[in-house]
Parts: sequence; C-alpha cells; structure tokens
Amino acid sequence: MPRSWLPTVTLSAVLGFACGCARQDGAASGPAGGRQEKVLRVGNGAEPQDLDPGAVTGVPELNILDSLFEGLVAADPHDLHPIPGLAESWDVSPDLLVYTFHLRANLHWSNGDPITAEDFVETYKRTLTPIFSSQISYLLWSVVGAEDYNRGALSDFSKVGFRATDDRTLRVTLRRRTPYLLKILATDYVWDPLPIRVLARYGPLDRKDTGWTKAGRLVSSGPFLLKEWAPDQKVVVVRNPLYWDAAHVKLDAIEFYPVVETATEERMFRTGQLDVTQQLPVSKIEVYRQEHPDELRVDPYLGVYFYRCNVTRPPLNDVRVRRALALAIDREKLVQDVVKGGEEPAYAVSYPNDAGYTPAARLSGGVAEAQRLLAEAGYPGGKGLPTIELHYNTFKEHQDIAEAIQAMWLKNLGVRITLRNEDWKVYLDSQHTHNYQLSRSGWIADYLDPHVFLEIWETGNGNNDTLWSNPEYDRLLHSALDADTEEGRYAIYQKLDAILVQECPVLPVYYYTSFYLKSPRVRGWWPTLLNIHPWKFVDLDNN
Amino acid sequence: MSAQAQSVPQAAEQPEQGRSPWSDAWRRLRRNRLALFGGIVIAVMLLLCLFGPLFSQSYEDQNLDLGATPPGAAHWLGTDTLGRDLFARILFGGRISILVGLVATLVALVIGVSYGAIAAFAGGKTDAVMMRIVDILYALPFAIFVILLMVFFGRNIFLLFIAIGAVEWLTMARIVRGQALSVKHMEFIEAARALGYGRRRIIFRHIIPNLLGPIIVYTTLTIPAVMLLEAFLSFLGLGVQPPMSSWGVLIKNGADTMEEFWWLLVFPGSAFSLTLFSLNFLGDGLRDALDVRAAKD
Amino acid sequence: MLRFLGYRLLQAFPVMLIIITGTFFMQRYVPGGPFTAEKAVTPEVLRNLNAYYHLDDPLWKQYRDYLWDLCPKAFHPEALARGLDLKQAFGIDFRPSFKYPNRTVNEIIADKLPVSLELGFYSLLFALVVGLPLGVLAAVRRNTWIDYLCSSVAMTGICVPTFVLGPLLVLLFAIHIGWFNASGWYAPIDRVLPSLTLGSVYAAYIARLARGGLLEVLSQDFIRTARAKGASEARVIFRHALRGGLLPVVSFLGPAIAGILTGSFVIETIFQIPGLGREFVNSAFNRDYTLVLGTVILYAAMIVGMNLVVDVVQVWLNPKLKFE
Repeated sequence: MPRSWLPTVTLSAVLGFACGCARQDGAASGPAGGRQEKVLRVGNGAEPQDLDPGAVTGVPELNILDSLFEGLVAADPHDLHPIPGLAESWDVSPDLLVYTFHLRANLHWSNGDPITAEDFVETYKRTLTPIFSSQISYLLWSVVGAEDYNRGALSDFSKVGFRATDDRTLRVTLRRRTPYLLKILATDYVWDPLPIRVLARYGPLDRKDTGWTKAGRLVSSGPFLLKEWAPDQKVVVVRNPLYWDAAHVKLDAIEFYPVVETATEERMFRTGQLDVTQQLPVSKIEVYRQEHPDELRVDPYLGVYFYRCNVTRPPLNDVRVRRALALAIDREKLVQDVVKGGEEPAYAVSYPNDAGYTPAARLSGGVAEAQRLLAEAGYPGGKGLPTIELHYNTFKEHQDIAEAIQAMWLKNLGVRITLRNEDWKVYLDSQHTHNYQLSRSGWIADYLDPHVFLEIWETGNGNNDTLWSNPEYDRLLHSALDADTEEGRYAIYQKLDAILVQECPVLPVYYYTSFYLKSPRVRGWWPTLLNIHPWKFVDLDNN
Repeated sequence: MSAQAQSVPQAAEQPEQGRSPWSDAWRRLRRNRLALFGGIVIAVMLLLCLFGPLFSQSYEDQNLDLGATPPGAAHWLGTDTLGRDLFARILFGGRISILVGLVATLVALVIGVSYGAIAAFAGGKTDAVMMRIVDILYALPFAIFVILLMVFFGRNIFLLFIAIGAVEWLTMARIVRGQALSVKHMEFIEAARALGYGRRRIIFRHIIPNLLGPIIVYTTLTIPAVMLLEAFLSFLGLGVQPPMSSWGVLIKNGADTMEEFWWLLVFPGSAFSLTLFSLNFLGDGLRDALDVRAAKD
Repeated sequence: MLRFLGYRLLQAFPVMLIIITGTFFMQRYVPGGPFTAEKAVTPEVLRNLNAYYHLDDPLWKQYRDYLWDLCPKAFHPEALARGLDLKQAFGIDFRPSFKYPNRTVNEIIADKLPVSLELGFYSLLFALVVGLPLGVLAAVRRNTWIDYLCSSVAMTGICVPTFVLGPLLVLLFAIHIGWFNASGWYAPIDRVLPSLTLGSVYAAYIARLARGGLLEVLSQDFIRTARAKGASEARVIFRHALRGGLLPVVSFLGPAIAGILTGSFVIETIFQIPGLGREFVNSAFNRDYTLVLGTVILYAAMIVGMNLVVDVVQVWLNPKLKFE
C-alpha cells in the first residue's frame, strides 16, 4: 500500500481545505460586471501603498484618490484646467499672494459631518507636521511658513499662511508668487481636506499606521466612498450620496484591479474582465491599431525620457562630449522602431504644448555636428574616450532603448559604452548619491505647467542629481515667478530651455505617451496630458 | 530445461571473458537507442553552439528598420524586435546557457553529493549540524543575496555560477543524504566496514556509486532549473550583459510577444526543449547502464 | 521517536535565530532603503522617517528591539480564532510594513498565506495525481514506448517554463475557448489554470524521481524474491516496491511544499494571485525590512517543519533506518 505520500498529501489537504473554506471575502464577484448597475472596471497597475492623500504619490494611488476625495479646486475633464470643486469661487489679492476660497454651502463628509474650512487647516497641519514625514508635503511649501514648519524651524502653526476665517472661508497666504498654484490644486491631492475628527478616532494624527484608510473606516468628500479593499485583488468604491454634486455622478461603482503584469492586463481586457487598462504591451499596439482601433488609445503624456549626465565625471564634464552624445542619437528611428508607442522625439527638455508653452530651442546639427564636437573635445572618431557606463533600472523597454542607443553611438561616433542593469532601488540610490556617469531617467509632471520640467535643474534641487549648476539659470528661474503675465513668464522659460539645450546636463530622448485600452462603452473620457480622467464625469454605456 | 542442458557443454569450451563494470555499462548504453539519440543531439547542439557562431551572422548587429521579421531567406529563423538575427542569437545564447547549465550543475553536484553523503554516513551530531546548516542557507533570502553579490563584487559570469551553485547544491545534498541513509544500512557497507575500510573510501567508492541512479536523475532535472534560474538572474542584471543573451532570456522575451512574433518563442524554446529532452533520455540511459544490480545481459 | 522530535524542535531555535540574524543584517548592507524614491526625499523628511521607524538607532539596538518584539509575551490563544493576529494572541509583533504603512506584516501574511497554501495544495494534488502514475508506469514498462511517452509528457513540465505555459493556457482556455477568466483569484474556477501551470513543474519532478527511485528498488533482491514467490505485478509494485521507490519523491516533496511559497512568484504575477510568493521577492526589491523578515521567518519555519516531517517519513518508509 503506497502510504509514503499519504502524510504529505493529508497535511496539505487539511491545510488547504481549512484555509480555502475559511476565506469568505472576495470570492463572490465573477467576470461579468453589473448589468443594470454601472460598474466600471479599471486596471490600476499596482497595489496602492495607502489611501492617505497626505502621504502617497504614485499613479495607482492617485487614480483611486481621485474618486474618494475632492479639494478646493477640481479639474475639467477635457483639459484639466481648474474648475470649482469644494470651493465655489475664489478671490486673488492684487499682489497675487493671498487666495481666499469660498466653500459651497452644505458640504458633508460621507459620514454626515459637515466639511468646514477648519478641516482644511487641520489637514495641512497634519501633513506639515515633521514627525508625520509626508513625502509630498513640499507641494504645500509655496505657503508662508509651510516649509519652515515642515522642516521643524517653526513650531507655531498659527504662523503658517492657512487661516479659516469662518466655516466657509479659507484664506491662503503665499510666501512668493506662484502663478500655477491653482493648477497644483486641481490635480494634486495633498491640498484635499481630510476628516480629521474621524482620523483622530483611530490613533494619533501624526502616525501613518493608524489604519484609518481601511474600508469601513475611511470617510470621503468626493464622488465615491470606499466599500472594499482586498489587497492585491481589488479596491471597490461606490457612489457617495452625500457628495455635493452626487446628482451628476454617472457611475454607480468603480473596481480598481491592481494588475502588475501588462500582458495579463491585456488578456483581462480581452475576456471582458476590464473596461479600461492602465497600460498595454508595446508589441500589441500595432495589432489593436489594425484590428480594434476603437479600443486603442495613444495619447500624449506629460513626461520626458532622458539620460542624466553626472557632469562632474570625465568625460561627461566636457559639455562638447555631452552635446555630441545628445546629437548622435537617431531619435526618429528610436521612437519608430524601438519604443513604438507613438512617442515624439525630444530635442529639448520642456514638453511641447504644455499649457500653451512649446520650447523653441532645439538640439540641431545631427551626426555631423556631433562628430565635429567630439573631435574638438579631443576624441576624434571616439578614440581615447574613457569608458562611459550607462545605468538603467531593470525593465525590458529601458534595455532595448539602451541597446539601440549603444549601437547608435558606436556607429555614429565610434563611442562604445557599457550597460549596467540595476535593481530599482540600487539604481535610484546610485542616482541620488551621484555614483554614476550616465543614467537613464524620466520625469513625469505633477501639474500642467512648464515650470514643472524646468525647476528641477536649479542648483541643489533634490531631483537635479546631475550636479550641474548654472547661476544664470537659477536667476532666470526665480525671475520667472515674478513675471506679470503668462507671456512674460513663458519668454523666460524659452531662455531656460535654450540654456539646457546648450549645456546638455541631460540628453533628452523622447516625450512620453500613454497607451492603453478602453472599451468603447466608456464615455466621458477625454485624453488629458496627465492621463487623469476625473471619475465624476465618466460614464458607462451598458447597452 | 533440456535446451539449457544442451548448451552447457558448448559454453564450457570457451572460457568466459571477464568484463569490468564500466565496459558493461558502456555496452548497455550503446544498445539503448533512445539514449544514443539523445547523446547525438546533445553533441550536435554543443558543436553548433561552440563553432556555429564562427560562421553565423552577428548576434548584436541591429537593423531597426527591419524590426521583428518571420523566418526567411536572409534570416533563417527570423529577427527579433531590434532586427537582430535570431539564429545567431540562439547559437550565442546556447553557449551561455549550456555553459552555465553544465558548470553550475557540476558545482552543485560536487558539493551537494559530497556533503550529503558525508552527512549521511557520519550520522549523529555531525549529520544534525550539517543538515541544520543546509536549512539555514535554504531559508536566507535569495533575492537579497543576489543583490549583495552584484553590489559588492560587480557583475561577471562567474558570480552567476556562484549564485546558482549556492542554491542548487542544497536540494542535491538533501536528496543524496536521503538516499545515502538507506544505502548506509545495506549489507555490503557493513561488510566493507568489517573489512576495515576507511571512512573516505567507503563514502567515495562504495556509497556514492550506489547513489548514481538518483543523482543522475536529479542532475537531469537540475540543469533546466539552472538555465531558468540564469534567465531570472540575467533579468535582474547579474549574469549575461546585453547585447549578449541566453536561451532563458530569449524565451522570456519571446513569451512576452508570443502572439505577434511566434518565432521569437518557438525557436529558442525548441532548442531549449530539444536539448533537455535529449539530456533526459541520455540520463535515463546512463542510469540504466550504470545500474549495478541490472542483469549482466 | 518522541525523543527525536524533541531533539529536533530544540535544534529549531538556534536555526531560526541564525536565519533571522543573517537576514536582518544582510538586508541592511544592500544599497537603497525603504524610502528611496524617484522623486527625492528632502533630508528633513528622511531624518523624520528614520526617527519614526527607529532606523537611526545603532544597528545592534534595532536588532535587539526587533528580537524582543518577536518574543512571545502573552498567552491568549483564543485571539487566534478572531483572525490569526499573533500580536493579540502571543504578543509576537512583526511590526508594520514599510511599503504599506497602514498594514502590519502580520496582517499581510495572514491575508496571503492561505491563498498560497491553497494554490500549493491544488498544484501538488495535480502534480501527484498526474506525476506519480506517469513515473510508476514509466518505471514498470521501462524502455518501451510507454516509458518514452510517459517520460516525455512529464518532461514538458520542465521544458515549458511556467511563464510560457501560463499565458499559453490562458490564451487557449480563457480567451479562445472562454471557459475561464484571464486572471484573478475570485471564483473557485480561477484555481484551475494557475494550479495546472504550477503543478506541471512538480509533476515533472515527481514523475522523474518516482521513475528513478522505483527502478532502483525494482532491481533489488527482495523484489526478485517476491516475484519468484508468484506475486502479481501489481502486488509487487504497490505492496513492495513503491514504499522504497518513493523515497526520493518524499525527500523532494518536503522542501518543495515550503518552496511553493517562494516558487510561485511567476504564477502569482501572471495570474494576479494575492499570494505570498510575490511578497518574498518584492519585499526584497522594495527594501521592506519588516516584510522581508516576516516572510523569511515564515519560510524558515516551514522548511524546518517540512524537513522534520520528511525525516520522519523516511524512517517510516525504510525499515532499516532508525531515528538518530
């Protein structure tokens, strides 16, 4: 009698059955969404780290937060320009330093409590509390005293420029002009109020692990409320009847699926498990373009892909070498044959058509100029050039692009570089500690304004990491904020872009696009540069 | 009975030739057609991968205009997404995969078999300590170990062998120990001990040869595991650096685009599978041939 | 045998301690930390984060504090019924995760371990139901076409990697035929494709090891004796040979069961299964120190436990072995 395998099988059987029977949750929903109900199923890319607007920054988190919370200002679904949110109107002082927001009447949290201006002030206090260590509190720093309070230099919060003059009025005093402030408010959740009284029930306000964001506890101000959060399975939000504009919200529920693997997401879309995906495997773009063009979306996305140079390491400390490398990349071929996501080649750092700004500066001269520059720098034909190592984080697309550019530089300049594939955190650490020569990088905008791509290159900016420093650049950057008109401001940005193209602290490669699948049944969905689609306007056609 | 009685006088005229167990084994192996076929395929694969690259196209020349194309006259097995010849990449990749497969498995084999046999034979406290060390090494997180290796020692292919060998020898040791424990109590081992043979002699000349069966089988299972582990490690950055590739990496890339560019999966996958099937049949044949208790004919 | 068990359980303590210590210190030497992010964190925020999580304490102090948190300090086993909360039940605190600050490591494991165990159970069930017969048949009909067929079928589990087999099965059965979902772990039917994919690998191992082990046993003298005594083939196999023949399978199964946890990373990623296998790898990549330690401790406990079971079973199978 073969009894040898019996104990092992019995053991696993008992364990397996016990656990299988014990699971009550999450087993009910199957592939077909609601028939009468409008339930939108969205692929969300990753499991959200948390749903606390004061603490998270990732795209998957922001997608869900957009359904749960609303702030003073909302975003128009067509082009994300600021429209009234919880605030029905606002006044700006003549010196552009004081914003007074007037909240709507009868605003309520999803648990019935009224939303008051004091809620906002308490929220900002929590986010700026040093020990809370929010990683996105810097978005509040344009307010008087905010940075000092956050850094611990100021201990009296009443000196920070947030004041609730009455229940329905919030006054914000800035420390310097911030022309794009409303744009930040429209698309960033750190300015959204939180139900502080509810938070306080679950633990001290300055702790991140009180568990207040769990389903059944989280109280929201936005069009939806949190019904279910099954980790790594789905997050379900349902209509919030106490939302001020609930009458115009079209969807009944949204299910967010944290699918990491893009190939899996595409298969889920095909079997009808998802209505919208977050991404799409690049090789499938052409297939969908041919066979299901109504499901494919390829939209410009406000981000730039570039190679960062450590300008203190030879040979990249010579601006001619950097420009030569920048010019010797065949960007057209790269986006057409390697990246293939409908991207645009980037010959400047700033993004074209970003809130009406397009950089005029352009890397020009091509391969001939590149070869000339390299020879002038003392390395004709690439001879004698010290080895350059290119870092990139583990990802197939980055590897393909790196390999293609490696071949281009070899062919066009005779320069041979080595590639270094690094684990994500090691790669980030190398960049932040400036332990690299050339590093693949990218920058996605937080808000819709050209300032977002130009402010990084200021001397000493935490995201500069190139150790490039140009006092003229810094001076111009600061002066831009004092410009009286948008044209004046943009004219200064043109100069900044010209400097970047001239000095090449980074080698721009292409401008991002977002490509994903969307069922034609999904309505109220317009392409926006930040790939944000405010959920209150989205509709699902159930026919 | 009568047939036997008739044949005996004839046999008595020719003294029987003594044969060594190795030639016995070789003879048995040669008669196993499937094993021979397996051996031939592997030999062909080895030759192709060793010398083929000298005559084939470049594995790293990109042709971005071409992109991924199906098999054709110019590229017998097609091209990958960067326009590189797939046949050349399979040949070059085969070198890496087979090298890693053989060497890393050999390392795991030598360490694992010795360790397991010694532990089993020693018994008692030594066995306990040795096996607990195996438990500890088993449980330490592999991903962190790999990242540490990459950080502290840079990246080269020898580190790949170390990383893979460091993991695979553990299971080998455990299986060998399990088998060795049963062999240890067999009569011929007691006889050897009674004869006064030293421990090392007993372990290496008596116990291990009796374990060859399971060892061979497990080795043929380890080689594919090693190749796939290499793919995972290369994906992490330890191991083959681009533009060089390996079968595991080629298969992984092919799997991502299997609907659009079927040849990117089918051809590397076939090379991989064919090699492993052959290895298995060869291994089975070896196992059968070396089985000391099989009948002499 | 009780003495043997006791002895082994006693050995488990230093083993676990060494594993915990090794992992704790190993992971601190890897570049990048839990807060290393693409958008740089200001030095003040980093300082505050390190203070909040006591990462700025000297390393030996952090180690000591962590060990203290792990020690059982209370005894309320009834709390286990409410949801595997080790902190409530025994005072064992695995602390919150770094990556998911609103969830404790304990919660994460309690949520995901049952899923991995379920996946493992079905996969191994499939592997045994398919692999054992294939291996036995191949051994019994050695060197015939049955042997070649069974061995070849078994080999596909190894030659077709899981990251190829999984998507292939989904393409065929979920998309083209439409019997299943493409991914997920929601309905009972979602268990089928992942278990088939993961089980195929184990089936291959089990079939090959069973064949090899059985062949070893079948050529031994006592089998000849049984046959000479007139026992039927079936009796010879099932009553005499299988017991010893399955020894290599058992030796393999022990760590394999524990290995389902770590080995299911690919399956869980392809099929979007909320299991622990992904956390094993991802926690290391995220430098989520507490989650790494939590998963390693769990894995270590299973390894130690499974090895003990295997050793016991081995003695049971082979009457010549004794507990040493």
